[in-house]
Amino acid sequence: MELLKRKESWNIGYEHALGETASFFFANVRDHAQIYGRRDPKSGRVLVPPRSFSDQTLEPTTDWVKVGPGGRIEAFTIVYEEFKTLPDPPYAFGYVLLDGADTAIGGYFRGIDLKDPAKASAQLKLGTRVNTRFAEKRKGDVLDFWFELA
Amino acid sequence: MKSIPRVGIIGIGQSQFKPRREDANYTELVREGVALALKDAKRELSDMEAVVYSLAPDALLGIGNAERLGVDAVGARSKRFMRINTGGATGISSVISGYTHIAAGVCDLVLVAGADKVGESGDSQTILNKIWDPTYERSLPLGTITMLAMSAVRAMDKYGLTEEDMARVTVKNRANAALNVNAHLRKPVTIDDVFASRYIAWPIKLLDACPQSSGGCAMVLASERYIKENNLDAVWITGVGHCSESYFMGDRMGNKIMADHADAHALGKAFQRSYKMAGVTDPANQVHVAELYAPFSNTEFHSIEATGIAPMGGSMAMMRDGVFNIDGKTAVNPSGGTLCTNAIAVSAMVRAAEAALQVWGRAGGHQVKGARMGIASGNGGDHQFFGTMVIEA
Repeated sequence: MELLKRKESWNIGYEHALGETASFFFANVRDHAQIYGRRDPKSGRVLVPPRSFSDQTLEPTTDWVKVGPGGRIEAFTIVYEEFKTLPDPPYAFGYVLLDGADTAIGGYFRGIDLKDPAKASAQLKLGTRVNTRFAEKRKGDVLDFWFELA
Repeated sequence: MKSIPRVGIIGIGQSQFKPRREDANYTELVREGVALALKDAKRELSDMEAVVYSLAPDALLGIGNAERLGVDAVGARSKRFMRINTGGATGISSVISGYTHIAAGVCDLVLVAGADKVGESGDSQTILNKIWDPTYERSLPLGTITMLAMSAVRAMDKYGLTEEDMARVTVKNRANAALNVNAHLRKPVTIDDVFASRYIAWPIKLLDACPQSSGGCAMVLASERYIKENNLDAVWITGVGHCSESYFMGDRMGNKIMADHADAHALGKAFQRSYKMAGVTDPANQVHVAELYAPFSNTEFHSIEATGIAPMGGSMAMMRDGVFNIDGKTAVNPSGGTLCTNAIAVSAMVRAAEAALQVWGRAGGHQVKGARMGIASGNGGDHQFFGTMVIEA
């Protein structure tokens, strides 16, 4: 028998409030090209991205700490497949431990030739030093900055 | 302390998983697993006292809170009914929830059921991008493949994991799936085939990754009292455990970390909880078969290490030696595993169902000879929610 189908799509908009802690973080990224973390007074760890409480000690964080712009690669991947609504491949992104931070923050790695997966992945080896670069026009988003090999 | 009633599995039903099921809509697919499980248990829907409904993130299916629609397919009108969602761990969390209904002394017979039609979107990574925090991480192209590719990269650095090690997992699991009539990807492949497949997210290639499957699964659980009174055949859930990890992936790397993103630390804790209940003290020698939720080839290694069957960083060498083959010392994913079949809402239930079939001696073409003790696991969320189970004959 003939089996029929129905096309459906979800396209739902939101305007998410970021809260005081993330608002401070993004305003400083936008206005001063500066990344801040929050210190957990109990463990002394500096959380980046900053959170108002530590998910480990469960204590409220207390003070702002400037981190970066240097750091080291803690994780990466290079995407070669196209996914609907995600960027056109190839692109590399991952996590970087910024100087002065104790946790890693996500971002793109740019300025690397990604054509040859073996060569590109060797350049992004864990522990590799990177610098944070900021876009000239910033809107207060994690995409306002990215990482390049130091 | 009051003794906890023993809980048995008396019926199992699963679809033959496929990329798409154009002959059945969602509820009809749920009913397919239910009908098979009830037939296997020789019981009617009207016998069931409660239904636990296994349903992962709604958008994979494209129906918001589809348990509303599914309530009829599982005959839950006028019964206890709850939906469980722990992402990829949903299926095993549902079986554990069914277990607790009985262990609490509330019910004698519980149905656990669900289905998924991941293939109808065919774009699970767009959907799974939405599981990330909109404050800090949503703007990045995160998905479950990239999340676990980053786990592979850390395991390469920490333990020397190679792409060849990863390919060996695919080769083993595809050979097993070829023996399993219910598996989705059943074509055997070679290490060369894996290397010839294209990169999705380095180092994960197409053949290191699970498919997007459609199908249903259901299980009937019963109290020991009911099983004995009715002279039923059963296998026994002797241990259950859950454990969670915190959200931020970037906290599983850096300084003074409590869990490394290379590993599955909380899965290890969940297994310890199951083992304590079941009295398992030496898993490498006591466990005959393990059905572990591993949607990408690299994740089978940290899952095996979380079971305690292999030391941390030691599973790659054991895989090379054939320890985890279907005829090895501890068969891992003799069904082909999640790598060959992933209908997300029920994938972790299939792990429990397959471990049960093995210790029951009813696994058919992929039966592990002499299996008496099996373990199963599910992983969900941001590599974050873990459920485990010990099942014995």
